[in-house]
Amino acid sequence: MKLKGWKEVTPGCVITEAGSAVQFKTGSWRSLKPVFIEENCIQCLFCWLYCPDMAIKVKDGKRAEFDYDYCKGCGICAVECPGKKGNKAIIMVEEGK
Amino acid sequence: MPKGLTLKELSKKEIMFSSGHRMCAGCGAPTIVKMVLLGSNYPVVAANATGCLEVSSCISDYTAWKIPWIHNAFENAAATLSGVETMYRSLKKQGKINDEIKFIAFGGDGGTYDIGFQSLSGAMERGHDMLYICYDNGAYMNTGIQRSSATPYGADTTTRPAGSVVPGKTEQRKNLTKIMAAHNIPYAAQASPSHWMDLLKKVQKALAIKGPKFMNVISSCNRGWRSRTDDAIQLTRLGVETCYWPLYEIENGVTKITFKPKEKKSIGDFLKPQGRFKHLFKPENEWILRKIQEDIDREWERLQKEEACFAS
Amino acid sequence: MAKVVAVTGNEAVANALRQVNPDVCAVYPITPQTEMMQRFASFISNDLVKTEIILVESEHSSLSACVGASAAGGRVITATSSQGLALMFEILFIASGTRLPIVMPVVNRALSAPINIHGDHSDAMSARDAGWIQLWSENGQEAYDNAIQAFRIAEHMDVRLPVMICMDGFIVSHSIERLEYLEDEEVKNFVGEFKQLNPLLDIEHPVSYGPLILTDYYMEFRKAQDEVNTKVPQIVLDVAEDFAKMSGRKYGLFETYRLDDAEIGLVILNSAAGTSKDVIDEFRDKGIKAGLLKPRLYRPFPYREVGEALKHLKAVCVLDRADAFGSSFGPVYLDIATSLYPYKEKPVLINKIYGLGGRDYLPGHAETVLNELVEIAGTGIPGSLKEYIGVRE
Repeated sequence: MKLKGWKEVTPGCVITEAGSAVQFKTGSWRSLKPVFIEENCIQCLFCWLYCPDMAIKVKDGKRAEFDYDYCKGCGICAVECPGKKGNKAIIMVEEGK
Repeated sequence: MPKGLTLKELSKKEIMFSSGHRMCAGCGAPTIVKMVLLGSNYPVVAANATGCLEVSSCISDYTAWKIPWIHNAFENAAATLSGVETMYRSLKKQGKINDEIKFIAFGGDGGTYDIGFQSLSGAMERGHDMLYICYDNGAYMNTGIQRSSATPYGADTTTRPAGSVVPGKTEQRKNLTKIMAAHNIPYAAQASPSHWMDLLKKVQKALAIKGPKFMNVISSCNRGWRSRTDDAIQLTRLGVETCYWPLYEIENGVTKITFKPKEKKSIGDFLKPQGRFKHLFKPENEWILRKIQEDIDREWERLQKEEACFAS
Repeated sequence: MAKVVAVTGNEAVANALRQVNPDVCAVYPITPQTEMMQRFASFISNDLVKTEIILVESEHSSLSACVGASAAGGRVITATSSQGLALMFEILFIASGTRLPIVMPVVNRALSAPINIHGDHSDAMSARDAGWIQLWSENGQEAYDNAIQAFRIAEHMDVRLPVMICMDGFIVSHSIERLEYLEDEEVKNFVGEFKQLNPLLDIEHPVSYGPLILTDYYMEFRKAQDEVNTKVPQIVLDVAEDFAKMSGRKYGLFETYRLDDAEIGLVILNSAAGTSKDVIDEFRDKGIKAGLLKPRLYRPFPYREVGEALKHLKAVCVLDRADAFGSSFGPVYLDIATSLYPYKEKPVLINKIYGLGGRDYLPGHAETVLNELVEIAGTGIPGSLKEYIGVRE
């Protein structure tokens, strides 16, 4: 991304584009990657709630896909997932595998 | 169940804090911010003290905040927000603004218990209509895990490391929640992201009250706590279940415990997964573990007595 | 229709602020400013202004609250002196770096230690690099006039910088003098409506104030701020021109007194300039070509204009009512020396430190200095370059 010159910066460093952080893809930080096992999901939405990076999307009240552009692979979702009958709906695998 | 407080309902709301922020993987703070903002049914304007949350959520051209937000300096989030809130009242009185806006300040324990204490006390005393959220991870984490007055007794930090003659922090934590309640503000509470409904109810209750409100929220830091990256929520849950971080509220001076663990766990359960306490498990430091348990038991007893006092 | 009154400097500035009628005011007491904000607080209590008050718990919080209120989107004021200004030091830079048009009268008082409540310039001088526009005032009338003009300068869309209006503690703030007030309507029309820029309270357009800026951008922001400062002198002159049309009183970047054909001159700020002008007249009566330059816009300093005004003199003494505590030269001396440096032919320049901690500056002092300048003008050789006057040996 081309850096701005002094004539182009905003007065007082005020950022006028809300939520512009989405341009910064933190997905590259991962070393572990979460994988969704849909048949074990009870749609509790805990993973959506506890994800620190808003990397789990929910559509019409149902859990949708991981947003791998931002997921940092922290694994909180996998720990918090209650799963079905002891089988988790999220497991962490090594990135790149 | 209060209206709108199901995860399904909440998931339909826009989260006013975006992805792409640069807090560590597994940090407790962004989840707290997410929950607090989800808890508001009104537009929010926020102020933030310098610290991990501020520095990682707003860099150069990138801001994760989808609400108006101001960072001023380290110790003045409360003073800054009191200025914003006063301007709001002034412009509203003049008929220049009609919107209903809520004002929320975020500060870490460093910027709230220590350097920000004066400005917080002043803002609460003056009665500004604002909610101050302290995300308490028990140290100055952004500068590399230095001791604050919120650091738990016995914890290893870089400015009070556990060494051969000093066993980590040698002072008790400050009870900021009670200090804030002593300002006679209408609402002070402790919450944890692990008990999300309790947290959200408290946020909603606070925002419905006109006047100064304070909420102290336990926030995991896997760097400073030397814990697993995926343990953030589980550790705060243990903090609550061991009564290290009791969940209570003090509304107009009346104490109410909002969560009583079915089985109060021993403090070792909370301390063991954290590397900052690992030296406490050496035999020569057994007395410290005992003292920590005694202090927690005593505080929990006192809290229950306070509650009983008002219930009768 | 101007109203002639006999009031103290504090009262006059408080009245100016009443006429401007800002949206928010942060108040914290410190001698000798206290009375100004007390008067303003009584205007609030008696519904004479629409201002909302914030009775902060320290000056650090007063400027912090002003930053919040200004960013929220409205007209904001506070006032302070000495230790209060020193306490809000870090926020001064934040206010100017964030480009917020806060207006703050500073009633100049000496800095501790030792603690002293009387007038000298060490407080505002120690803040001269904080990026604030500084307007200095000789007397109550100038303080009143500067306070009104400050809003137009600060809020100008090409500027958007905070302004401090300096006036001598006790000497001006507490002494009664005859001055002229403008009509409330005139002042109201002169300052106009506050124009918002990226207000926090505009929830339709959320903005973020105070990002972390790393090595890749900090310098660009500083350069941009530096550039804005180059526009300030012309805007100060434009506002002064408008003010003159309304009041009949003319202001520039500085005041020159009998300087055009002078051979020796004094450079001096604030109230002591008034004392010195009388002595200049006496010397002129004796046939000695003496003159005086009194800076008004001190930051950004108009180096080129000041240099042009002084370059023809043979000997100049810069009198400072503040010293650099580390035994450098007085702050005004350093700026005057810089303004004269580009010229091959320039006056001999000496520095005298006077009036610290409220020590009186008397006509006799000005006489002694001017006599010394007469000698230096003759020989071209100064005695000591820096001296404290009025101090007991």
